[in-house]
Amino acid sequence: MKVTVKLFAALREEMGSREFEQDLAPGSTVQELLDWMLEEYPALRPYVRSLHFALNHKYVTRQTELHDGDEVAFLPPVGGG
Amino acid sequence: MEKKTKLFEITDQEISSDEVVGRLADPAIGAVIAFVGVVRGETDGREVRYLEYEAYPEMAEGTLCQIGAEIRERWKTIQQVAIVHRVGRLDVGEISVVIALSAAHRPEVFDAVHYAIDRLKEIAPIWKKEVWSGGAEWRSEA
Repeated sequence: MKVTVKLFAALREEMGSREFEQDLAPGSTVQELLDWMLEEYPALRPYVRSLHFALNHKYVTRQTELHDGDEVAFLPPVGGG
Repeated sequence: MEKKTKLFEITDQEISSDEVVGRLADPAIGAVIAFVGVVRGETDGREVRYLEYEAYPEMAEGTLCQIGAEIRERWKTIQQVAIVHRVGRLDVGEISVVIALSAAHRPEVFDAVHYAIDRLKEIAPIWKKEVWSGGAEWRSEA
């Protein structure tokens, strides 16, 4: 299955990309996607503890299961206003 | 001319507080409160050159709408809520956010607007990068 991953702020700058598509095994969770990304991009390690996650525009936990066509966002600490 | 009635919006255009307040126009209201967030020229003793705001717009407009719903749930007398947040490069003195609330009468609008800005900073997927001479930093409330 394929998911779209969106990146923002410091994370987007670190990765040099706003968005990419990722192939995952069916039944993968947000945590498993994150684990794969850390393996590929160890530079993301310092950000991991403070990240929140959104699935199709709603906050979710790391345990949430992903499905084909989902949009997953990695959200560093927010700070609007 | 099409009337602008969107109450929760992320925009890359300049924001006018009067225009946002105007979105709440209704003969039933007797009070409107508007919070206007402005780019400050100094943080932690550093001179800020400009701010760069970024949002996840598809999610952020929903989050702002959720904040509006929370307010109307907590304060039954609040009639309407509008929240408009700007993104992109903002210079010192420019408006970054306008939160407007309307009610039939005055009590509670002050508490409600306080709640709105706190909640926005807490959950809206919006980020702020401070740029000063010789550096830059993404800032959060956390």
